[in-house]
Amino acid sequence: MAAPESSDSEEDLVSYGSALQPLQEGERIKKPVPLQEQTVKDAKGRYQRFHGAFTGGFSAGYFNTVGTKEGWTPSAFVSSRLKRADKTILGPEDFMDEEDLSEFGIAPKDITTTDDFASKAKDRIKEKARQIAGVVAAIPGTTTFDDLIGPSKITVGVELLRKMGWKEGQGIGPRVKRKPYRQKPDPTVKIYGCALPPGLSESSEDEEDEYQPENVTFAPKDVMPVDLTPKENVHGLGYKGLDPSQALFGVSGREHLNLFTGGSEETSSLLGDLRHSKGRKLGIMGQAFGVGALEEEDDDIYAMDTLSKYDTVLKDEEPGDGLYGWTAPKQYKSKKRPEREFKYMGKILDGFSLASKSSAPVKIYPPPNLPRNYRPFHYFRPVIAAGSENYHLQKALEESSGKLRSEPTQQSRHALNAAQRREQLGETGLKGPTPSVLEYLSEKDRERLKEMKQASEQQVKAKIVSQQSRNSRFQPASPDDASHKWQMLLGVQLSNAGSSDFKPFAKNPEKQKRYENFVKSLKQGEKDTLERFLDPNMTEWERGREQEEFFRAAVFYRSSNPTLSSRFTRAKYEDDVDKVEVPRDQENDIDDKETAVKMKMFGKLTRDKFEWHPDKLLCKRFNVRDPYPDSSVVGLPKVKRDKYSVFNFLTVPEPTTSVTQATNKKIEESNSLNKPKKPSRWDVSDKEKDKKDSISEFISLARSKADVQQQPPVPATEECGTGPSETLTTLILNEDKDLEGESRRPPMDLFKAIFVRSSDEKSSSSEEESDEEPQPTTSVRESETTKQVDVLDSSSSNVQESVTATTDSGISSLPTSKQKLDAAEEFGPKLPPAFSSGRFCKLLNRKEKHKKTRESHKTKKEHKRKKEKKKKHKKQKNKGKHKNKKSEKDSSSNTTVSSDSDSLRDKDATGLPPKELLRR
Amino acid sequence: MAFPRPRPARPELPRQRVQTLQCGQGAVRAARFNADGNYCLTCGSDKTLKLWNPHKGTALRTYQGHGYEVLDAAGSFDNSQICSGGADKAVALWDVTTGQVVRKYRGHAGKVNCVQFNEEATVIVSGSIDSTVRCWDCRSRRPDPIQVLDEAKDGISSVKLSAHEILTGSVDGRIRRYDLRMGHLCSDYIGSPITSVCFSKDGQCVLAASLDSTLRLLDKDTGELLGEYTGHRSTTYRLDCVLSEQDTHVGCASEDGHVYFWDLVEGSLALSLPVGQGVVQSLAFHPRLPCLLAATQGQVTLWREDTFQPEGDPN
Repeated sequence: MAAPESSDSEEDLVSYGSALQPLQEGERIKKPVPLQEQTVKDAKGRYQRFHGAFTGGFSAGYFNTVGTKEGWTPSAFVSSRLKRADKTILGPEDFMDEEDLSEFGIAPKDITTTDDFASKAKDRIKEKARQIAGVVAAIPGTTTFDDLIGPSKITVGVELLRKMGWKEGQGIGPRVKRKPYRQKPDPTVKIYGCALPPGLSESSEDEEDEYQPENVTFAPKDVMPVDLTPKENVHGLGYKGLDPSQALFGVSGREHLNLFTGGSEETSSLLGDLRHSKGRKLGIMGQAFGVGALEEEDDDIYAMDTLSKYDTVLKDEEPGDGLYGWTAPKQYKSKKRPEREFKYMGKILDGFSLASKSSAPVKIYPPPNLPRNYRPFHYFRPVIAAGSENYHLQKALEESSGKLRSEPTQQSRHALNAAQRREQLGETGLKGPTPSVLEYLSEKDRERLKEMKQASEQQVKAKIVSQQSRNSRFQPASPDDASHKWQMLLGVQLSNAGSSDFKPFAKNPEKQKRYENFVKSLKQGEKDTLERFLDPNMTEWERGREQEEFFRAAVFYRSSNPTLSSRFTRAKYEDDVDKVEVPRDQENDIDDKETAVKMKMFGKLTRDKFEWHPDKLLCKRFNVRDPYPDSSVVGLPKVKRDKYSVFNFLTVPEPTTSVTQATNKKIEESNSLNKPKKPSRWDVSDKEKDKKDSISEFISLARSKADVQQQPPVPATEECGTGPSETLTTLILNEDKDLEGESRRPPMDLFKAIFVRSSDEKSSSSEEESDEEPQPTTSVRESETTKQVDVLDSSSSNVQESVTATTDSGISSLPTSKQKLDAAEEFGPKLPPAFSSGRFCKLLNRKEKHKKTRESHKTKKEHKRKKEKKKKHKKQKNKGKHKNKKSEKDSSSNTTVSSDSDSLRDKDATGLPPKELLRR
Repeated sequence: MAFPRPRPARPELPRQRVQTLQCGQGAVRAARFNADGNYCLTCGSDKTLKLWNPHKGTALRTYQGHGYEVLDAAGSFDNSQICSGGADKAVALWDVTTGQVVRKYRGHAGKVNCVQFNEEATVIVSGSIDSTVRCWDCRSRRPDPIQVLDEAKDGISSVKLSAHEILTGSVDGRIRRYDLRMGHLCSDYIGSPITSVCFSKDGQCVLAASLDSTLRLLDKDTGELLGEYTGHRSTTYRLDCVLSEQDTHVGCASEDGHVYFWDLVEGSLALSLPVGQGVVQSLAFHPRLPCLLAATQGQVTLWREDTFQPEGDPN
């Protein structure tokens, strides 16, 4: 069949490669992709790019980020009781991409021969030898090339040895017992002479033998072949090239560490060995080559040998006792070490050093040992001074603290009154400032009161006694009798009497003392001993009397109920004290001010400036800082001043017949003393009262007549449009003044008729006179103020003058408000009437009347009006009416008021100065 | 280039009667604007207090609860409360919406002539003819006053408050100014019984009307007389004085049925407004507008400037 045909010959042609796809018709031939556009993609279709400016790299993750396009999903930690989550130790593989684990990745997962089994390729001895050779060789690291080139075959000898049980790294020969442990040279012992090359150092081989049981044999040690390479180079003796391991692993740092860490030598050598044993492909390394991308540690290439790495001070690193020096045993050192670290672990700033002496340890005191029966609850046990006031409180506390009350309550709960219950409960009484009405009375009055009572009692008793003593001898007041009687009467009530604040006999200290003793004994229930407190010098009668007095005093004190006393208020100023708290700064007298006003020199002359303390709360409410945060004063600061009171100049009148009247008077007096600054018109002096009492009848009688007579005719043709200065006086003030005048001043001729130039009258009305007398230049106020301390204002002065309204005690005790409410009695500017129609016209008429009447006296009274205008006065018009029906004596003066108050209000005549009246 | 501001309009005075409120509560003792001037209060002698819209002339509410005629009233800054004082010696605090008395403060011994709220309506300051000024606390429940200012020797006729001052006018002829911030009491002697005092809007001056038919404008700090205004008649009654909304004029009621206005600086009589036949009892000037309330007899009249056109029905 060898008939070569042309066609056959053609068929003999050998064709290589695969044929191209037959071209479709009209299809253009693809252009080849230019080089620069050819790209490499990885398995996932990502462009394989090169990283790193110098050494190159690869793209990791998703565009060098973690995970995928969607991001990185952290693994969820799930653990249940049944299915415990295993403790996963993450290796580097967990953080690697799949392609890293693939065949060509950095950590191929394919089945490959490991070091253990790949001994054909790597003979350790050979490697070592080669290493040494490489080190010694002219070009360091050339041995690596042998690896690349060398055949991967195992020689027969090695194979045989293996079969015989030889393993790599062992020596050849029979198994031997381990020689007695050679003394390992202490690493701290200085070795003189040449250092062995690191690979040859024995220590690197002897590390593992630390424990050798007796019956265990070991393979003989591998013997390092002696290198007998001749010196062929021209390097100096002992020269060695750059040791890649040393270059890479930073010897300098290791050495520096040596200074501090005792065991670092071993660890570092171990480390070095470990690195070797790891079999890392170091490749070409050295400082000249830099650090490749595969190298982990790249810090050392830029390592700068800084001075801080060196010790600048020679300090004893091992603060021992100096016996060992730097050769101190390790244990000692290691023992010392943690303490130092414990002390201070942070950095120490430059210029500072750790304190050589530790500060004294903080002394810790142990808590006290609690007593066994201690209960952790606090309760108060106030200390109460034993005293009469605290007696009940103490008792209550004793009760509450569990002690039984020493004395059982005699009375049932229901039998007690409120005050007793209160006392038992130890509560404070009602706010009443004083417990007794008696307190408000002066001592004199009290005594008088008592005497009066006694007198009456005496009378009564005398009767009884006289009846009794018809058959027995006369006994003035048998003390036994009395004491028993009173004892019965007082009973338990007396138990509280006679507390320290009630001193009925304060004037007579001896008597008071006796009284106190008496009360004390009464309290204790001693009946018989009563008498021994009494003055033995006194006669029997006197003693009896005094005892009765004491009894009475005790009862009297007792009878004052707190509910009653709470209704009274103490006088603002003490009666028997000369000094009085008055505002420190008074608005000084008005005379110069008045002149200043007239001259229209307002400003400094008319201004008074005081320190004034607002209330703290007021400041708070006004959002203002307290101007005087330290002071507790509110209002104007006060100082003690001599009290000025009308009552200083008065003598207490003689007691009247009835006791009630006396008390009334006293209460009245004390009431009036409440406000000596602004006394009301019914605060009249008793002196004046006395004086007037006798004549009041006459006066009232006469005045009632005179009022009618002296109703002035009303001129009808008077224009009302007078100048403003003349119409100064107001309607209401006129009325006020008129009434005042009426009440104050009976017609002069009457006075004249009764007492012509009587000295009494003169003295009492001298003030008024001076007021009324026309003084063309000076104002009336001046004249007043010369006589009166400015504590009292003008109204108070009027009060003194006004006699009539005050005699009656009933009126004076009336609440002031009632009178104030009276519409007709306005003070200051009046409110206009509602409608002008009718009423208003009337009012105008009235007003005009006033003006007319006023007009006639205008010239003389002008100066006076200004002052009068300011006066405010309360009329007892209404009350006066009621009093009318009372006894003549009581209402002696009120009749006058009532008679003219309503109907004759408009009258001016009585308001005129008496002299004027006389002139008429 | 900035345009110059338009020249402020010449201050006008109320010359035109716009509204007349027939209060129907007896004599109107006081007419007072509220804080913004949209409403007013009238105090009647028939114990009632009425709230009005004076601009429309509508009565809004009647407050009953006083035991005697009501003498003065004031509204709080937020219009939620009213305080009033009356001849029943009580100071009442009202709730505007419910019309009920929230509290009554008793303690004055006489008629309460004047009441004022402080800026925050936390304190009511009342002056009475018992010559005391009492500061009542609206916040706490305590019945007694925070402080009693009893320096006056006679009845208090007028009380005004600024942010930190209490200004009182008394019948004893003195104006007392309690400065809480400084802790001072300044007492200016006028001589004649004071019927009404008020602060100027700038707080620098004090205007006082007294019964010598004179208005005096005093410097607040020194007490010097800045101006004196006469021409009206005020000798008997407690009449109000006012300052216009821009402090350009001072006004005072008069017993001749007129209201007089003077130029504050020149002291010349600018206007005499015939309000009624009787005494003009009370005056109140709108806080922002030239608008005046004048109470005479039983009615209250509202006055506006001439140019004012009442919207709606021109009545």
